Amino acid sequence: MTQVQGPPPGATIVEDAPPTEAGGGRRRRDPAPRTKMPPGRWFREIGWRHLVGVLAVVWALFPVSYLVSASLNPLGNVVTSTMIPRSFSLDNFTQLIDEQPFGTWYRNSIIVCICVVFVQLLFSTFAAYAFSRFRFKGRRGGLLALLLIQMFPQFLAAVALYLMFTEIGEVIPAVGLDTLPGYILMMCGGSLGQVWLIKGFFDSIPMSLDEAAMIDGASHVQVFFRIILPLLQPILAVCGLLVFVGVMGEFLMASIFLRDEGNKTLATGLYGLIDADRSNNLGVFAAGSIMTAIPVVLLFLYLQKFIVGGITAGGVKG
Amino acid sequence: MADLQTSDPSTDTEPRRRFTQPGRDGVPALLVKVLFLGVVVGTAIALSPALVGNGSWFFLGAIWVVAAILVATYATGRALPAKYLVPGTLMLALFVVYPIALTAKTSFTNYGDGTRNDKQTTVDQIVGSSVTRSADSPQYNLTVATDGDPASGPFTYFLVPQDDPESVFEGTADGLEEDPSGVTLDNGRVTAVDGYTILNIKQISAASDALDEIAVPTDDDTFIVRDGTSEAFEGAPTLVYDEDADTITDTTSDTVYTVAKQGDREYFVDGDGTRISDQSWTANVGTRNYERIATDSQIRTDFAKIFVWNVVFATLSVVGTFLLGLLFAITLNDPRVRGQKIYRALLILPYAIPGFISLLLWSSFYNRDFGLINDLTGLDVNWFGGATTAKIAVLITNLWMGFPYMFLVSTGALQAIPEDLREAATIDGAGGFAGFRRITFPLLLVTVAPLLVATFAFNFNNFGAIYLLTGGGPFTPENPTAGGTDILISYLYRLAFGAGGVQIGFASAVSVVLFVITGVMAALQFRATRSLEDVN
Repeated sequence: MTQVQGPPPGATIVEDAPPTEAGGGRRRRDPAPRTKMPPGRWFREIGWRHLVGVLAVVWALFPVSYLVSASLNPLGNVVTSTMIPRSFSLDNFTQLIDEQPFGTWYRNSIIVCICVVFVQLLFSTFAAYAFSRFRFKGRRGGLLALLLIQMFPQFLAAVALYLMFTEIGEVIPAVGLDTLPGYILMMCGGSLGQVWLIKGFFDSIPMSLDEAAMIDGASHVQVFFRIILPLLQPILAVCGLLVFVGVMGEFLMASIFLRDEGNKTLATGLYGLIDADRSNNLGVFAAGSIMTAIPVVLLFLYLQKFIVGGITAGGVKG
Repeated sequence: MADLQTSDPSTDTEPRRRFTQPGRDGVPALLVKVLFLGVVVGTAIALSPALVGNGSWFFLGAIWVVAAILVATYATGRALPAKYLVPGTLMLALFVVYPIALTAKTSFTNYGDGTRNDKQTTVDQIVGSSVTRSADSPQYNLTVATDGDPASGPFTYFLVPQDDPESVFEGTADGLEEDPSGVTLDNGRVTAVDGYTILNIKQISAASDALDEIAVPTDDDTFIVRDGTSEAFEGAPTLVYDEDADTITDTTSDTVYTVAKQGDREYFVDGDGTRISDQSWTANVGTRNYERIATDSQIRTDFAKIFVWNVVFATLSVVGTFLLGLLFAITLNDPRVRGQKIYRALLILPYAIPGFISLLLWSSFYNRDFGLINDLTGLDVNWFGGATTAKIAVLITNLWMGFPYMFLVSTGALQAIPEDLREAATIDGAGGFAGFRRITFPLLLVTVAPLLVATFAFNFNNFGAIYLLTGGGPFTPENPTAGGTDILISYLYRLAFGAGGVQIGFASAVSVVLFVITGVMAALQFRATRSLEDVN
């Protein structure tokens, strides 16, 4: 087996210990002891990196800056919105909360996200456990099939799903079309979405841990919930976040499934807002976007060191 | 690992049997199990009558198969892996694989606007719509109710005969039932029914198209149809369907309508070919939809053109974001660069913002007169006005949305490459770019290749990026169905749900073709990267 071992997420990330002096402090890179670099050399080796870095940050952030600026712009239209905020007003925010069912959208989105994240993590972890710890017939085939099936967007079968949930709704109205539970159920079709990532992490947890626990008399269920699940926390955090962002931004199926105003999610609700008047509702839309994005961004920043390792570990293994 | 293994004699002597002797589940686990299986079987039992009543045989079968699988998996001590695989696999089978199969099945029909019903229902509707009133036909006070949605039904008529205001009938397309339960009768009119919502006048007129199709059959070959919003009458149809001859005869003019094929649909037509109604019905058309994709010159040109752009779009999106992400990752991966953490935190921000927000925001950037892009660059480009500029706009946006992911991936992969390899390369004289090209990049590619393939597959069907940004446009007057930035999936969406009439059967065929294309492309790429050989 010529497998390239990936880093256990979080473990191999080079932490930025503050260097004690410029250019020093990294023995492995600079074997020769050295004093302060001359500016010319500093720029050739490090300075240009900052230059590129700053350009990269500008490229990454100018739309964000525009979004913030537009949300604070009391006129709230395309014409008067600029990159740098020129005026500060929370009009758009109050307007969004007072005149739009923003709270309902937010609540719906959170409900959907929590349910889907929970189901997807649980089922994916179960399946990853089986794929990582057992050897059974059809294992390899199952893993490959999973990979291929996941490449097909569920949206391609939108018509079939629509018809299917119409029929389900005739029998159980609570999970039919235009209901949150129905939408959640449909989204759970992707509940094996994180198997590969989690399996990659699983493979890096030594099997001897499970065995030791079993010798001590633990059942499979106990091993899974008491020994393994706590160890999986970093990758679960990463997957949870990825699923969360994915579900939060899911627009297409929501626009087909959820028609009633009270059932809309943030994605369909905010889309309706800006679609009604692309130019003049920009401010309100931006305010809603900021309020949607802030919690996600904070979580992202909090978990970022896991994310770097997590995504790559999944890639290495898969 | 080695010392661990020797200290554990069981793995040394019987490596194959290490999972055969786990401890037993405790009482709580058993209780949970019993409770869970009880709920599953209970749900199946509880739903069965409704499913039988509705004639949903497929779902009846499905729900019992699911229950059986769950019981078989969890009630026995066998097939341990299955216990962990079944929940997710069931979800996948029900809500991904089955819809794919259903799509494939629909692709062999002409299902769509005007052909949504089966033939029998269509005939009933045509006959029902010809019901005419005679001088002595009974009149009813009508109350329209629904136990579903007031806009889409299903609708039920509650009828009170005007010459007998004490009795009540419940009528649906299935027939008439006397004395329904839970009815509140007030002044010769039903005003409330348990479990039903009564429609008001506004709702009735909103649903009038659906209500016009309802004809309640009575025992003596007559039908009750709606007459305005609050009354109904009973009458005989002037059209009569002859099942054996498969014809409809108009009894007033003695015209006989026979089934004839027009286009890919069948209609009842008279001798001159005039349709009795524009309603057709779902019929199997075999491989016609597929033949149409292959042979219809308009579609073939569109398809080919869109396919090329689709591949270009997906390829450039992957290559562009990868190169940009990799550039930033390499630049910032030097440990001597201070503030790496801050750079990293800022550079992944675009990835943390939900996609629909970014796309809608960027679509406002391309506004010709006030958009940010023209504003910042001083250009006066009508971005969404021409196909080429719109394509560039789509690519720029996707570059912004996608590079943080590639940056993360590349950063992780770079850090996984052992330091000594690079040092060895430097010692051998391969410094700088040569070292990167010959050592770092190939190693990095091993790690990243599967993710690139997955990203390609994702972008190949990245409906959102097109739909929310340009809507597939710009369109030319001579071809309103295929826009300048359309990719296959957005083209398909327009075919299936667009304004030009819903052609679901045909769209399903396009879906299937798209399934196959995506799968083949992904499989080819995986083969090329050989990453699948590492599945373990």
